[in-house]
Formats: sequence, C-alpha cells, structure tokens
Amino acid sequence: MDHLHRKLRDHEAAMFQQGYLDDQFSQLQKLQDDTSPDFVIEVMTMFFDDSEKLLNNMSRALEQVPVNFKQIDAHAHQQKGSSASVGAARVKNVCGTFRNFCEAQNLEG
Amino acid sequence: MVHNRSLVYDNMDNACFPSPHLDAFPAGLRVLVVDDDLTCLRILEKMLKKCFYRVTTCCLAIEALKKLRESKGTYDIVISDVNMPDMDGFKLLEHVGLEMDLPVIMMSVDGETSRVMKGVQHGACDYLLKPIRMKEVRNIWQHVLRKRIREAREFESLEGIHLMRNGSDHTDDGNLFAVGKEMNLMKKRKDFDSKHDDQVFLDQTFIKKARVVWSVDLHQKFVKAVNQLGFDKVGPKKILDLMNVPWLTRENVASHLQKYRLYLSRLQKKNDQKSSSGGIKHSDLPSKDPGCLSFLNSFNKQQKEGAIDSFGYSDGTLKIQMDTTSHEKRRASTSDIPNPKIRKSSEIGLNQSLESAESEANHTVFDSVIPTQYSWNEVPKRPLGEELNTLVQLKDNLSHLPLNVTQQHFQNDRSLSINSNPSGYKSDYIRPVNSTVSSVDTFPSQSKSDIIFTSNLSLKTPKFNLGCASDMEIYQRNLLLGIESASTPLDEDLNLFLLQGEYYDMNFDMQNIEMSEYYDPRLIPEVPTNLYASGDYS
Repeated sequence: MDHLHRKLRDHEAAMFQQGYLDDQFSQLQKLQDDTSPDFVIEVMTMFFDDSEKLLNNMSRALEQVPVNFKQIDAHAHQQKGSSASVGAARVKNVCGTFRNFCEAQNLEG
Repeated sequence: MVHNRSLVYDNMDNACFPSPHLDAFPAGLRVLVVDDDLTCLRILEKMLKKCFYRVTTCCLAIEALKKLRESKGTYDIVISDVNMPDMDGFKLLEHVGLEMDLPVIMMSVDGETSRVMKGVQHGACDYLLKPIRMKEVRNIWQHVLRKRIREAREFESLEGIHLMRNGSDHTDDGNLFAVGKEMNLMKKRKDFDSKHDDQVFLDQTFIKKARVVWSVDLHQKFVKAVNQLGFDKVGPKKILDLMNVPWLTRENVASHLQKYRLYLSRLQKKNDQKSSSGGIKHSDLPSKDPGCLSFLNSFNKQQKEGAIDSFGYSDGTLKIQMDTTSHEKRRASTSDIPNPKIRKSSEIGLNQSLESAESEANHTVFDSVIPTQYSWNEVPKRPLGEELNTLVQLKDNLSHLPLNVTQQHFQNDRSLSINSNPSGYKSDYIRPVNSTVSSVDTFPSQSKSDIIFTSNLSLKTPKFNLGCASDMEIYQRNLLLGIESASTPLDEDLNLFLLQGEYYDMNFDMQNIEMSEYYDPRLIPEVPTNLYASGDYS
C-alpha cells in the first residue's frame, strides 16, 4: 500500500517537474477536504470528459472543408480555460500555441 | 449628523448582510457564479465554499439572469466568465449592473489588456485571470463592501437633507428619491434589523419603496432641464434649479445625471440590439399626447423595469412610451422582422460615447414618438422627420447589429400609421411614425439601421403621401445602406434631435437641419444626400 502511495507521489512530482502540472493542481488538492473527499478525482474526471469532447469537436472541425478556424479557436480557448483551472499546464500552453495557429489560419500548424 | 453617520455605517455592515453570519462578514456572502465550463464552475464553487460564502452556480447566462431577477435581493455579488455560448459576458455584466446594480467580477483565461479594459468599461468590479486562485476568491468581499459604503454615503447625504426637512410630509414619493441603490440599502437596513429601527432616524416612509423613484414626470422634468441647459453645460445645481422641484436634492439630481449619462453612453455603443419584447413602457400615446416623444428603451425589458424606467420620461405633453404589448403583437405578425430595439433617448444626453451595449434581449426599440407638436398641420413630412429622429437613434443603436431582435415595434407601428395618415395629423402621427418604422421589417441583420435610414430618407422625400409602401421601401433601402456604414452613434444625433423636438414646431426645421448636420459626417455615403435633404425639408 505504501509502495503504491510512494509511486503516486513520485509520479506527481515528476509531472510537476516536467511541467505537466502546475501550482493550480496543488490548489485543487488543498480544496479537497472532509466534506468532499473525492474532490480532486471528481474534478479531474470532469476535466477529462470535457477535454475529450472538445478534442473530438476540434478534430471534426479540422476535417471540415473549409476549415472553420473560428470554431476551432473557440474550442481551444475553452480547453485552455479548463486545463488552466485544473493545473494542466502543458495542455494549457499547447492550447495557446494552437490558438495562435488558428489566428494565422495555419492549417499545417 | 455625526451620530447619524456612525449609525449608518454601523447599520450598514450589519444591515447590508442580513444573513445568519452577520458577525462573520464576509462569511455568508451570497455569490452567483456563471461559467459554461463545468470544471471551472466546480472548482470555483469549492473555493467559495471554503470561504464560507453561499454559492449558486449556473452555466448559462440566461439562467443566471433569471435567477437574479427572481428576487432582487438574493445575491450580493456575481462572478461571470467572459466567453459564454449563449450570451457575451460583457452583456451580462451590463445587464446586471443596470438592473440589479450588483458588483460583477469577470474572469477569463485571456488576460489581454484590451479585454480587461473592456471589462472595466462595461462596469466590472474586477477582472480575474484563470486559473483562479484561492486568495483571489477570498478577496471578493471587498467589492461588495465597497459598493455598500458608496451607497451608504450617497444615502447619507440624502438622509441629511431629508432630516432637515424633517416633519414635512411630502416624504411620500418625493422623498424616495434616493438613488435606487440607496433605497436598496435602506430596504436592507429596514429589513434586516428591527432593533435598529430606533436608530434609523429616517422617516419610515423613507424606506417605503425599494427602488429609486424617478417617476416619469420627474424624469421628464429632468430631461427638459438638461436639454435646456445644453448637455455639455449641464450641472446638477442648474438642473435642480430648472426643475423647480422642492423636495429634490442636488445629490439626487447628480446621481441621476450620472446614471443617465452612463446609460446614454452605453446606448450609443450598443451595436447589437435585439428586440426585447417590448422593453419600453408603452403608454397610450396616440391621440392623447400630441407631442409625445417616444422614449425608447434600449434596455432589456428587465432593465426597463428597473433602471431604464427611470429614463423614460414624458415631457409634459410628450409622452412616449412604447406599448410593449402592441409591439409584441406586431412582432408576432412579423416574426421575421428583426426587431432591433433601440433606445431612443429623447432627452439625450448627447453622450457620444454610448456603447453598443445591447443587452441582448432588450434593447427595446422605441418608438420615437414624434412630437406631434411639430406642426402636424404641415406636410406629413414633418412626422417623418420625427421618424427620422427616432430612426437615427435606432440607427445608432443598431448599427452593425445583427438584428436578432425580432421586430421593430417601430416598424410595425410606423407603417401602420403612415398609411392611415397621409396628410398631416396630430396625435395620430405618433402612431404612424412608429409603424412606418416597423414596416421596415425583413431586414435580417441590419434592419435596424436600415430602418433608420430609410425612415430618414423617407422623411426627406415627400413620398410620404405616396403610399406607405413606397415609403417603406425607401426606408428599407435606406436603412440597408445606412446600416452598413452607420457607425456613428446616431443616438446622439437623434438625441439631439429629440431634444430639439421637445421644443416643438418652431424647432422642427431646425431640427431637420440639425439632423442633417449630424448625419453628415456619419451617414453612409449612400445616404448622405438624403439626409441632407432633411435640411431642405423645410
């Protein structure tokens, strides 16, 4: 049991280090308490669900011809917001870059 | 007074937060959070709960507005996201500010200065960047407190004056002149703590009403005074003097003036106007008031009920108010017609900086009641002029707006009336004017401005007598033209115009000319000539 815990902690630390997660995630963890013991889990699950939907929408939008950059941009924006809220730093940054591409209407990017 | 002041503040803290956690302020603060992102919503909710605030969440702006309107005292502060699917965050912000006067905090991932500036301009108390941190959440109570203090101060000065008149019994409505917020404050005070009653030195009657009471008459006087002075030179003291209302205080006027100006500026900037189901209060204008200026309320209906109402005014004989019901009916019939709601402030503060705020729902189109005073006897064109005015206003509001609005009440009214009154007419004019405007229908998104234009144009052309239909066409065409380039806030023009309008016929010509002047710069290239014609109108 301990072993698992340790592994989890290591993994978490690694995530932080590599910039996948940021401070916001710690904030989230702090929010968890006795009244909502599974808070983090709940939120992360929600996040993953939403992200999945968004990504699906995005890929569908990309397949459209002509590509509707505005829509994709909107999705990316939303994704950025969500990921920022949960502390998914890398995702957030990627979204930022993605949005720039959208603005430039750069399909390749 | 000193004693009072301390009472005020003392009461304020407690009184303003009638909740079980009176002592533990800011605990118990009632927050409404609006965000389409469920994840974020959940996180915020948790954070707020940690601060011992009472949280309500929703993910749709419309829903949020509904909740807010349900009972005005339910929330202390609103936190809203900027990007939302059903309504722009800024619009929601405006609505809340106007109708409920609650502090609103915006939030977004995007922290660009321009966005933040926009938020502040629209009245946001604060702009938070996502991800929201706990400490930022902890501080939101400051905004609530700040607002209350401000209200209390305004109220206090009002109180002071009231006290001076102590004993006089015209407290009734007149005294409830406190600015809306103040009244709310008072109400809260009253509501919340009976044991403070003895400390509330104010007259009980003072606390009677919950909301400001700038009655139509009073507002009318106010506008008249403003017009007389010239918007630029206006000052509360002068207005007060002109208005000659004994129980009115300078503070009342000052705050009302400020509100009015803000309102006008908002109107001006509003680009999208959706027609609300008749935001404007509608009084039976037609025959009764020969010179009624229709006061179009561009605010949402809801707003109309609240703040906007105060802006409606009837200028003595002029009384403008759109009949929302009738509009609605019309609307029903011409459902396809986008109905931009335009707010026409006849009094106008020529506030150039009107924003194109449109509350999505409600910018009511207003009937610009054309002051029938303008010699009705004269060519019917006159009325057109009026229409023009209103149209202009509409245009302002509408310019480049997607007319989601269902219809213009305007149009309906106008077309109808035009048809019916081919030759000069007095009271009927108003109606006709309205209808012609509305007949413009079928403008998908630019109708509003189109309408304005067309109406303007039609004014110029003495086709008025010709059949309404042709006029309407002209209107439409014009409007379409106008809309494109209608960027300038016609509102001002219109306002100005209306202002002039108040001055009745003799000014009519002047108005026309004035209008054309106004339009000159702003009119669309295609249109200008027509407008200029207005000058020739006479």
